[in-house]
Amino acid sequence: MALLDEIKDLVVRGHINIQSKYPPDLAQKPGVEEKVKEALDQKLDIGDILRKGLIGGMEVVGDRFSKGEYFVPEMLFSAKAMKAGLELLRPHMVDQEAMTLGKVILGTIQGDMHDIGKNLVGMMLEGAGFEVIDLGINTAPEKFLEVAQQHTKALVGMSALLTITMEKMRDVVQLFKSNGLKNKIIIGGAPVTQEFSDQIGAHGYAPDASQAVHKAKELLGI
Amino acid sequence: MNKLANITFGTAKKPVHCGNGISIGNGLVLPEINFTLPPIAVTEKNWPNICQEYRKMVQEICTRASQLQCPGLVVEFELLPPMTLHPEWGAEITSIIKSILIDFHNKQGLASALRVTPVDVRENERPPKMRSGLHVEKTLQSFELCAQAGADLLSIESTGGKELHDDALMAGDLAGIIFALGVLAVRDMQFLWEKIVAISKKYQVIPAGDTACGFANTAMVLADRGLIPKILATIIRVASVPRSLQAYIQGAQGPSKDCAYEGPYIKALTGVPISMEGKSSACAHLSFLGNIAAACCDLWSNESVQNVRLLSASAPVVSMEQLIYDCRLMNEAIKDGDEAVKRLQKWFTESDAGKDPQALVLHPEIVTSISEKFLKYSTPLEMVFYSVEEVLTLLQDAMKNKEVIIPNPDLRWFDLISAQLDSLPRSESGLLDILMASSQELKFIPEEYGL
Repeated sequence: MALLDEIKDLVVRGHINIQSKYPPDLAQKPGVEEKVKEALDQKLDIGDILRKGLIGGMEVVGDRFSKGEYFVPEMLFSAKAMKAGLELLRPHMVDQEAMTLGKVILGTIQGDMHDIGKNLVGMMLEGAGFEVIDLGINTAPEKFLEVAQQHTKALVGMSALLTITMEKMRDVVQLFKSNGLKNKIIIGGAPVTQEFSDQIGAHGYAPDASQAVHKAKELLGI
Repeated sequence: MNKLANITFGTAKKPVHCGNGISIGNGLVLPEINFTLPPIAVTEKNWPNICQEYRKMVQEICTRASQLQCPGLVVEFELLPPMTLHPEWGAEITSIIKSILIDFHNKQGLASALRVTPVDVRENERPPKMRSGLHVEKTLQSFELCAQAGADLLSIESTGGKELHDDALMAGDLAGIIFALGVLAVRDMQFLWEKIVAISKKYQVIPAGDTACGFANTAMVLADRGLIPKILATIIRVASVPRSLQAYIQGAQGPSKDCAYEGPYIKALTGVPISMEGKSSACAHLSFLGNIAAACCDLWSNESVQNVRLLSASAPVVSMEQLIYDCRLMNEAIKDGDEAVKRLQKWFTESDAGKDPQALVLHPEIVTSISEKFLKYSTPLEMVFYSVEEVLTLLQDAMKNKEVIIPNPDLRWFDLISAQLDSLPRSESGLLDILMASSQELKFIPEEYGL
């Protein structure tokens, strides 16, 4: 198997390095780290290692996840393996920005403590190659504004689980408008709908984490 | 706790008598109705409207219950986070609901009780402070004020250990899951329920029960959406029993919370009545346990429904009617005697048990068998380890015998979970060492759990 295909396959299997016990059948065998080092030693093209090996592997993982063949924990292992490979590439990248698809500012809206869905979206975005700035739970509209002012090209993602907190999303959209911010805003969460998204003037809505990644790419023109 | 209680619907070894002439687990299954607001901000400005919304919902619910000659009902008022952060708000709604229930009891003879469930707002901070600070004060103050304002039953969906469990669940990390359920959650339940029982004694109300909702139902919902394996969610369901049991060891008397699907185990181990939810909680969430959840229930609940208008009436009223008819059928079986009860219980059980591993572990025979073995263990952590081993074996055997359908992607997880289990130390300190070695920063504060 060609080295880039091996890297891709190891990302799919979520095997980080020779010390990793996951998956059990690959324990004590070389992982993504060892193979990326080998690729660097062979002076393979950095862009190829990144796109055909690491991101290529995560695309397979995303596809399997969408088809219900992979679970979140498996995707998480793959994302960790990809990140480990990415860290080895970082010193060799001239354009650091090129290592990510873009930035996403994520947070659970003020008054809401539920973050499993938001964390899942964050994980999938990172796996797809985005840089995620996670503001955590109970995030005030002013906090979204403050961070977005520092990252004016970033996509902003908000989640809510409670019907009584989703209205706060409207405040964030209004605050961004009144401060002249052009960041695209995407929302989600159990009680949130496309209709609600349209009503408050958000730019997008995703019913689940997988579709949030597609929507993020669409909104950022990727 | 050295001998198991029989588990069937409508009858508990230790019935609870409370409220306006109601007995729970005393030969009848009764409906438990819960409801929530439509999208609206809970603010001081909106407060009069919110009070009116609750007033109207409960009046309409009681009217329908009276029309359908309901022999008694439990109304659950589950506080929203701002109502616990402002304990006087929660108490005001409690008082409004209680006065309506008394009025219907006096004028219509409608027997009832009010369960009040403050929110565990301790999780507002990450990592949360479980034993000290503002959020602990607000949670406990909320119990006090609601007890004073007319609650008959006090409950909570407590969250001790959830801060670790959530991440462990997503990562499929058994060490984190076991430590969260068998150490952190257990220690927090002991701490919290000692206080809730003391408050209940002070105001002469019933300390009812808790739920592993934040753990096992989170896992269930993730599994039902295909995000984690169903076999992992099934293991977590059974492994959450030792944690929930702590409330009853501290003095809780039941009924357990409706979303506590571990209820049948609690009923077998303690004899307290339990509340369950299934097919008639479809208004709140998908369920693969719609019928089997009723097999051992004493209260039958809708979980929660938003107050929106439907064709016939408001959604809470519709839920009330559905629950009343569900209960009528079960009560008719009880009236017909043991054979009829066993037959209906069998139908509830057999119609679900083979279709989902999470349903299988609610089969009364399996509940009884696992509960018997629980009695042999002296610590909650040992019980949690036993749960993992037992459920893995049970599901593998059931699958081989074609007694349950397990989705294909789950199958590789039998080995993944077994391999993790084999590598884990069986002590609190050994597990803690693993967690400390595997993460740069702990998700919980050990001191907040007395560690």
